[in-house]
Amino acid sequence: MNARSNLRLLVLGVLVASLLGTLMARLFYLQVVSGAEYRSAAENNTVREIVNPAVRGLILDQAGRPLVSNRTSLVVTVDRAVLGRQPNDGADVVARLAKVLQVPATDITDRLKPCGTEGAKPPPVCWNGSTYQPVPVASDVSTDTALGIMEKRTEFPGITAQLQAVRTYPEPFGVNAAHILGYLGPVTEEQLAAQGDAQNFDRLRRTDVVGRSGLESEYDSYLRGQPAVTTLAVDTGGRVTGTLDEKAAKAGDYIVTSIDAKLQSVVEKQLVAAIQRAQAQGYPGDSGAAVVVEVDTGRILAMASYPTYDPSIWVGGVTKAQFKDLMKSNSLSSNAIQGLFAPGSTYKVISTAAAGKEGFSLYSKYPCPNQVKIGTQTFRNFESHAYGSIPLSRALEVSCNTVFYGIADRMWEQAGGTDATKDSPDPIAETAKQFGLGSKTGIDLPNESSGRVSSRLFKLANWENLREQWCANAVAGYPETRKTNPKLADYYTALDKENCADGFRWREGDALNAAIGQGDTAVTPLQMAMVYAAVANGGTVYKPSIAKAIVGADGKVVKEFEPQVKAKVKVPRATLDFLHKALPGVTTSGSGETPFIGFPLGKIPVASKTGSAQVTGSKVSTSWFASYAPANHPKYAVVMMVTQGGTGSKTSGPSVRKIYEALFGVNGTNVDPSTSVLIGDAPMSDLPTIRPDGTPVTPKGRKSGVSNQGGSG
Amino acid sequence: MSTWHLPDLMSRPTAPRFDRGRTYWRDLDWIMLMAAFSLTIFGCLLVWSASKADMASPTDPYSYLKKHVINVLIAMVLGFIASRLDYRWLRAYTPVIYGAACFFLVLPFVPGLGTRIAGAQAWIALPGGFTLQPSEFAKIAVILMMAAILSEKRDIESEPRDKDVLLSLGLAIVPILIVLLQNDTGTVLVMGAVVISIIAVSGARTRWVVTLIGGAALGILLSIQLGLLKQYQVARLTSFINPAADSGGSSYNAAQARIAIGGGGLTGYGLFNGPQTQGRFVPVNESDFIFTVVGEELGFIGSMLLILLLGVILWRAIVIAYRADDLYGRLVCTGVIAWFAFQLFENIGMTLGIMPITGIPLPLISSGGTSMMAVWIGIGLLQNVRLHAVRNSP
Repeated sequence: MNARSNLRLLVLGVLVASLLGTLMARLFYLQVVSGAEYRSAAENNTVREIVNPAVRGLILDQAGRPLVSNRTSLVVTVDRAVLGRQPNDGADVVARLAKVLQVPATDITDRLKPCGTEGAKPPPVCWNGSTYQPVPVASDVSTDTALGIMEKRTEFPGITAQLQAVRTYPEPFGVNAAHILGYLGPVTEEQLAAQGDAQNFDRLRRTDVVGRSGLESEYDSYLRGQPAVTTLAVDTGGRVTGTLDEKAAKAGDYIVTSIDAKLQSVVEKQLVAAIQRAQAQGYPGDSGAAVVVEVDTGRILAMASYPTYDPSIWVGGVTKAQFKDLMKSNSLSSNAIQGLFAPGSTYKVISTAAAGKEGFSLYSKYPCPNQVKIGTQTFRNFESHAYGSIPLSRALEVSCNTVFYGIADRMWEQAGGTDATKDSPDPIAETAKQFGLGSKTGIDLPNESSGRVSSRLFKLANWENLREQWCANAVAGYPETRKTNPKLADYYTALDKENCADGFRWREGDALNAAIGQGDTAVTPLQMAMVYAAVANGGTVYKPSIAKAIVGADGKVVKEFEPQVKAKVKVPRATLDFLHKALPGVTTSGSGETPFIGFPLGKIPVASKTGSAQVTGSKVSTSWFASYAPANHPKYAVVMMVTQGGTGSKTSGPSVRKIYEALFGVNGTNVDPSTSVLIGDAPMSDLPTIRPDGTPVTPKGRKSGVSNQGGSG
Repeated sequence: MSTWHLPDLMSRPTAPRFDRGRTYWRDLDWIMLMAAFSLTIFGCLLVWSASKADMASPTDPYSYLKKHVINVLIAMVLGFIASRLDYRWLRAYTPVIYGAACFFLVLPFVPGLGTRIAGAQAWIALPGGFTLQPSEFAKIAVILMMAAILSEKRDIESEPRDKDVLLSLGLAIVPILIVLLQNDTGTVLVMGAVVISIIAVSGARTRWVVTLIGGAALGILLSIQLGLLKQYQVARLTSFINPAADSGGSSYNAAQARIAIGGGGLTGYGLFNGPQTQGRFVPVNESDFIFTVVGEELGFIGSMLLILLLGVILWRAIVIAYRADDLYGRLVCTGVIAWFAFQLFENIGMTLGIMPITGIPLPLISSGGTSMMAVWIGIGLLQNVRLHAVRNSP
């Protein structure tokens, strides 16, 4: 090769080296010399998102009837930033707006105050959203009002009326189901904080409305869908510098529930009837709950809680007055899954199962005296009286407390009496725990209560918690009370002295009380329904569920929920068989007999147990009626209770009967399955059809009570 | 027509002959290979980091990385083959390679086959979401073709005849024009640099070199003046001069890229932690703008390391070219050097705001299968020239 080629190759090499050198020099200038400058530019670099929420999915009953749907509403919003620039912080504008909307001006100003600032009302009245986001102050305004505002832009700066998709409740057959469905509210700071700095486009944003209770909350991520998001890059001056991303919306999925609207409607009406029955007897009858569960799947077919509220008041935000009423009436929480009540005699199925497991003879006779004396205390037969010596099945029928006292007393002595240790057996409490008491059932609804099981361990734990307080009180001697009532102070002091020293001890009396569902034991009506479902199906404790499936807005099934077994109770088959034989006797010739007089028990035997639980501080007992049917081939468990409602038989029993009549198509003494509230006399085995356009289809031959509401708002 | 190809076709060497010499592995340029392997791993990390934010739910977050790794493995196999091809075979089949390259270059224009990415009609869509960019292989074809013609049949000390220079230029201009029609400005510039470098190193008369450099400069100037370049091409080329002029398109990219790199400072934010990169402010940062990822996340130190590794490859390539035992080998090396050097300068330069924005990838680093394969074939050819020289030296 010639010299010219060599030289030119050398020149190329030098050229390449100088190109690399140029890059390095420039890099040094950019990163090392002016790095800080660019770093601050990067910090000022922000994105702005234009978000259009997706249409929220519907909630359907088991036959495809919409329980929650969407409609459009004219909403008036106020832009606080614009309002703040008006003279007097926009007070005149607010006054004018209040006049047009015909509400007090304070209603509007309360809504505009950000939560947590001075003078702000508690949520949901105060504003929980972003500073830059317009605040909705009125929904469902008339077209005339909206036009009146929009035509006078100068009088209403920063105020806009626009159409928004909001929730609507078709109420098929007049169902309420507020505690199952839940409601929507603005996303909370906690929810936003919990996401960390997630950047995925379907994350929660300040402007979002999310489920705040019930199914709306539990399945929020499915129902919400994915919003349409356009991401813009914005510089410090707020100038849009580019479009980073565009994502199309995806409509929210539908939730198909196992609730049957027609049955739910019957259960809700019957719960109110039971409450009215209690009140007619002169009792307060202040609250109650009812649950219908399919025993072989754990699916909830109906669940009602009293008092309840109208879920539509949340649409567009509640007013101050409405919120005050809600709080006063205690109607926001569900008594069926959150309320805790002493189970009373309905707990005796658990004591019986424990007795069977411990080897007590199920077919021997047990003494049923009027009362039992333990030391200075007398334990009575509350619901019952003296029956002499009776078989265990009869003890269940007539709900004889003293028989169970006897059994519990023997168990207590076998465990070591007062000398028992932490590890000594406590068969009734152990069985109760196996049946799911004292822990959450795991239903797909938020904020469920766990309840408590009265036991030796519970008492010990309780003592460890309260001991310091008790001991301190015993020393102090209640000086405040002593000033006015020295006798009462003495009594309290003596009590605390005893508790301080000895409060951990599981006494004979504690054991006796526990056996009949009194003492510290507290359960939710749903837990009790699952106990009776487990007795009915032969010992399987299911995880109760409401959602059967999640179906896309296009009708494609996203996810199906199969029944889930939570536990198998370790109770001998013979004991469960015994209960199957004994419990129908309660309905035919025991404490549950009266409400079922005239019911075709020959065709549909009903297994039941009444309960009239004593509550400290109240003279009126909690009325329980727990049951399952048909007893020979169990399908459904039905539990109803009313607080301060009197006996189970008188108050709850007749309503439970009506529910069975609706379930099985009972008319007088006739049984016609075709008149059952359930289409085809059974829960649907298939999921309801949803047309590709999002319209759910209700099976033919039945009217759904309302016309179907379309999926798109 | 010259007779440059006839003797080779008559001697008919058979098939690619794989030399089973046990010296193959020993004689490879391991310094270059280690640099290339390091850069490839470097590239995988950067592609992963860049695609992480884009690949967030609902797709597989590793899908982009997986695709990249598959491309790398295929590319290395192709590089291995290129390093073992027999010179004689390679020269004999150069006309075929050249013809095939021109044929494939036309395919992106066929409706249903071609895909348009970022304004350039330069891709062929393949099943499975893969795309092929034939202009990457066209670079190799131009290099092989020019090297073959300019080293053909003459005394080792004599310069190429004007006839040969003209012929090589005439054949090179065909693929360049097609690529220009594809709106792939960046590749046209790289090919121009390759052509001028090969002609220069071939020993052609100085007036050829001067004319070509002058002609290229004039061509760029004229095409802007006469409006031959489309508006967006001008915008791309000039936005680095006045970044504030056009906020929506090219200068947005330029400004965001510079903010990313500048913000990285001396040590960077750390891999996967760059706010500009992970916030998706910089577009196509897994391919054309991948240098912004190293700049922001690994800072000046990481960027320098990357450029130095690329420099090692170029240094070794120049050494191989210098020690080549014939002009053909030297010219092939020269083409590859000019290709790599100009492409990496253009690519990194555009992210630093000293070169116009064009859509070409950073060799060995950027995602993009065809580029990765072409670059490894280029490395294979460099090794091939080295092995040839080592074997023929006493």
